[in-house]
Amino acid sequence: MNMETVLLLRQEISILIIALLLLIFEIFAGDRQKEGVVSLTIILFALHTGIGFLDMKEGLLFGGMFRTNALIHLFKNILNIGVLIVLLQSAEWVKRELVPQHRGSEFFILLLSSLLGLQFLISSGDFLMFYLGLELSTLPLAALSAFEMYRRRSSEAGIKLILSSALASGITLFGISLMYASTGTIYFAEMGTLISENNLTVMALILFFAGLGFKISLVPFHFWTADVYEGAPIGVASYLSVISKGAAVFILMIFFFTVLKPLIHLWENLFYLLAVLTMFLGNLFALRQQNMKRFLAFSSIAQAGFILLGLITGTTLGVATVIYFVLIYIFSNLAAFGVVQAISTETGKENMRDYEGLYRTNPKLSLVMMLGLFSLAGIPPVAGFFGKFFLFTAAASKGYYFLVFLAVVNVTISLYYYLLVVRAMFLRKSDHPIPHFTNALYMRIGLVITVVGILALGLYSPIYDYIYALSNTLN
Amino acid sequence: MIEGISIYELLTVSTILFFIGVYGFITRKNLISVLISVELILNGAAVNFVVINKYLYPEVLQGMIFSIFIIAVAAAETALAISIIINLYRKISSVEVKEVETMKN
Repeated sequence: MNMETVLLLRQEISILIIALLLLIFEIFAGDRQKEGVVSLTIILFALHTGIGFLDMKEGLLFGGMFRTNALIHLFKNILNIGVLIVLLQSAEWVKRELVPQHRGSEFFILLLSSLLGLQFLISSGDFLMFYLGLELSTLPLAALSAFEMYRRRSSEAGIKLILSSALASGITLFGISLMYASTGTIYFAEMGTLISENNLTVMALILFFAGLGFKISLVPFHFWTADVYEGAPIGVASYLSVISKGAAVFILMIFFFTVLKPLIHLWENLFYLLAVLTMFLGNLFALRQQNMKRFLAFSSIAQAGFILLGLITGTTLGVATVIYFVLIYIFSNLAAFGVVQAISTETGKENMRDYEGLYRTNPKLSLVMMLGLFSLAGIPPVAGFFGKFFLFTAAASKGYYFLVFLAVVNVTISLYYYLLVVRAMFLRKSDHPIPHFTNALYMRIGLVITVVGILALGLYSPIYDYIYALSNTLN
Repeated sequence: MIEGISIYELLTVSTILFFIGVYGFITRKNLISVLISVELILNGAAVNFVVINKYLYPEVLQGMIFSIFIIAVAAAETALAISIIINLYRKISSVEVKEVETMKN
């Protein structure tokens, strides 16, 4: 192994270095300098995100356990951007809540370990790396969910996340062991050629799907989502809803489109059923939520259902549309979560009713929120519309007209509850609106990036062309 | 390999372990018991890997290595879960699922 091949691990190494630097900082910084950890992390991570855009060779490491190519590299960059926004948005909260308790750097170290796990997960070339990446990304997240030790709900969220994730990964492991039984290998590349259809593989496929379904919060495995989002700190909830979900979608896509490609007529039906269930259940439950975090949780479940529409195709077009949709989803959801985070950090209010009359006192925040929600709902000028439109096109190109019809019905339902929030902010008057406040610098940068992302992705088409060109390299 | 015992008996044992775990996870009322059930599921999978490796594909040790990793990760998982449970216990002096749950749909 020479220097050239080690450089394939560049992204992971640089995240690890940032985490180690933060540990060293924690040891040597005096009590007064502890607050510097926020700026240090953000600057280092922005640097890491920038360097990530440099070209990367394709290749295999550790005998095929770890692999990387242009598409995987692109997705790592997308994750980096998402995490950078999450860091910017939680900066103020960390400064106020965690730094006085001397736990600021722990928060960042755990968040970065989880990102490290996700990067290994999407680069995995065999099941061992897959499993380790999955666990490395989930365990720090459970610790982060329970991070506000003095709030009971936070602990509740943590215990719910760790127990249900342990169950899901246990079921996945059992599925992997059955796949190992039927093919005799745990490497993706060999498994793709050896796998054939029999009862054992069918059972293995369904069990294996549980773990990833849990991460994406598809319907039979969605029970943890709303409770964890509500109880966990908002920064962690937004990380869970975009970054960890996006990475799981990506590895699911790679795995099903390459290794399980011969069994496509089996998992097509599975995806069809889950897409319908997930969309309807997510949307119908979102209708009756009053807490903004729960509301966004159910909305993110519904969005996962839409993503399945692109996954069901198994074609290059499907790959491109799913990645494009996930990219847009990251920006739009983080815009919404960012506003919730800003208001919650400032006033501690999280209910939809508290948002009434927000436009009069904080017009900029309400505009960002409106843009994010419009993009999630898929209203034309913003990016979300194109994301959904392309997904539906991909599904329709394979002849799933009825599924597309159901999806359109769901878009209409979702429009209703997204507009409820917009109505509360713009049209309703309130005797006690949230008073005007100015956001901290990092929060403002975080929100501006999301707004630019939402607008640019919709209007600037070369981004989609670039993703489409890369999607051909999936195999 | 064990004399006189075929792969079927061993796989039956591991499958039973797995389903006892799933059943326990759903029905138990105590967080510690739920945690134990999860361990049963993981152990079922680990036994599966070892048995399949030994009986079907004895040339390469992929399954054995995998089971070692499962045991290590399961230990980390348990440690984290226990620490969260202890933190919860300090607040509500109970580890019953019923009393832990405050958030509902």
